[in-house]
Amino acid sequence: MKILSRIYIALIVLFLYAPIAVMVVFSFNSSSSVWVLEGFSTRWYEGLGNDTAMLNALKHTVIVAVLSAIISTVLGTAAAVGINAIRRKFSKKIIMSVTQIPMMNADIVTGISLMLLFIFFGKLIGLNESLGFGTVLIAHITFNLPYVILSVMPRLQQTDSHLAEAALDLGCPPLKAFFKVILPSISTGIITGFIMAFTLSLDDFVISYFTCGHYQTLPIVIFNMTKKSVKPDTYALSTLIFISVFVLMVLYNVLQTKSEKKHAS
Amino acid sequence: MNKKTFGNKLVASPYIVWSAIFIVVPLIIMLYFALTDSSGNFTLANLSGLGEYKKAFAISILYAAIATVITLLLAYPMAYFMSKLKISSQRMIFMIVMIPMWMNFLIRTYSWITILANTGLINTFLKNIGLRPLKLINTPGAVILGMVYDFIPYMILPIYSVMSKIDNSLLEASEDLGSNGFNKFKRVIFPLSRPGVISGITMVFVPSVSTFYISQKLGGNKTMLIGDTIEYFFNLGPDYYNIASAISLVLMVMILICLFIMNRFSDGEEGGVLM
Repeated sequence: MKILSRIYIALIVLFLYAPIAVMVVFSFNSSSSVWVLEGFSTRWYEGLGNDTAMLNALKHTVIVAVLSAIISTVLGTAAAVGINAIRRKFSKKIIMSVTQIPMMNADIVTGISLMLLFIFFGKLIGLNESLGFGTVLIAHITFNLPYVILSVMPRLQQTDSHLAEAALDLGCPPLKAFFKVILPSISTGIITGFIMAFTLSLDDFVISYFTCGHYQTLPIVIFNMTKKSVKPDTYALSTLIFISVFVLMVLYNVLQTKSEKKHAS
Repeated sequence: MNKKTFGNKLVASPYIVWSAIFIVVPLIIMLYFALTDSSGNFTLANLSGLGEYKKAFAISILYAAIATVITLLLAYPMAYFMSKLKISSQRMIFMIVMIPMWMNFLIRTYSWITILANTGLINTFLKNIGLRPLKLINTPGAVILGMVYDFIPYMILPIYSVMSKIDNSLLEASEDLGSNGFNKFKRVIFPLSRPGVISGITMVFVPSVSTFYISQKLGGNKTMLIGDTIEYFFNLGPDYYNIASAISLVLMVMILICLFIMNRFSDGEEGGVLM
């Protein structure tokens, strides 16, 4: 049984990684074929370095991811604290249901509804081209917010509210009480929320596709590349993305294990 | 009495304003577009004309349902076996399953082309061992495979996270009380893992039923799913926004109904959507 379960796990992992492995191998192909291996070459990687459109898109992606993650983390943490303080069950339920909409709804519907909003208001104030950096940033903040709120909320519910009340009773100003008492106990939730927001934003294609206008992010450039015939340059770019994700995840895991060990000892 | 916590409530107001403008209003505007023609007059023609896309809706639901079932059948044993590993191995496998999830689904879908194409790896292999090549790409099977591959981590991880919390003493107790393997599964493991299964199903079904990329890349242009239809109309320009909004609206309502039904099954248990 034990061996069978190991084999099963191995097969699923193989299924998950086989296409990625194929992609990595063919990104080093010396010819432009993605079916026949002809020789080893790094020409596709060198080609990427000179592709200014792609480097620009990379810059756009990072800017949008960093800004949207920061803004949604601040706004979302404040929202979680505020929603938690709401006593009326009914208003709380309505707010939480609205919060879940972007998570539950199909990305294509979220993307289209935001695009219509931007075009609609753009027309009202007389803009011809309303889509761009601002709109893609707003869209990313909007779909990041629920994830931040839902990762901060449980931590907040676990914190003993008497602690904050005690601080207030002892004459601590509310803002200081928040930073000294509440914030330390919800910090893991905030960090998780920030990381989720950042990665979701980096990865998003569908919503950006409808809201970015000419401010193209990396997934949009990848989409345009894959529209043409299949060439190893897309594989080279994808391999680089895979390696960065891999390194980041391993690093994050190592750090987490370390901090847990520290807590344990 | 709660004078002290009163100030806290106001902290949520920027978010409440934000969610009203960027979550609620866009949906209202979509509804407005769905109920008007391109010059802004009220009409039901967009909605009543949707019968034309019955086939796209039906195929989308069928493919997404098949993909969800296959994903569940593959992911459930995986999650179970994972939860039985040593803690350190559990962590490693968890990370291995998660890494593809953080990669763009465009890339993940695209890499299947090399494997499935008519001159791709599988067919080259078949030819080399003297067998006839198979038609793999541009088939419904390839589209479903793409959905399963892209979304399987969203099924494995929530099921695993509930499985790993199942108290082992419950299983031992059921053994002591004489239940066999099947009964143990039916009466203990499955009921306890249900919230994970429910959130896994929603997290696979919703993106599958609304996808517009997988079908274009792996299904050729033969299969127009509902997502493809919406994207097609949006690319035609502003005159077609009304019909595209009407289709999106129906898609949204359809998804909401599915989620509602799923929630009934989960006995009103809260949460579990996030891992």
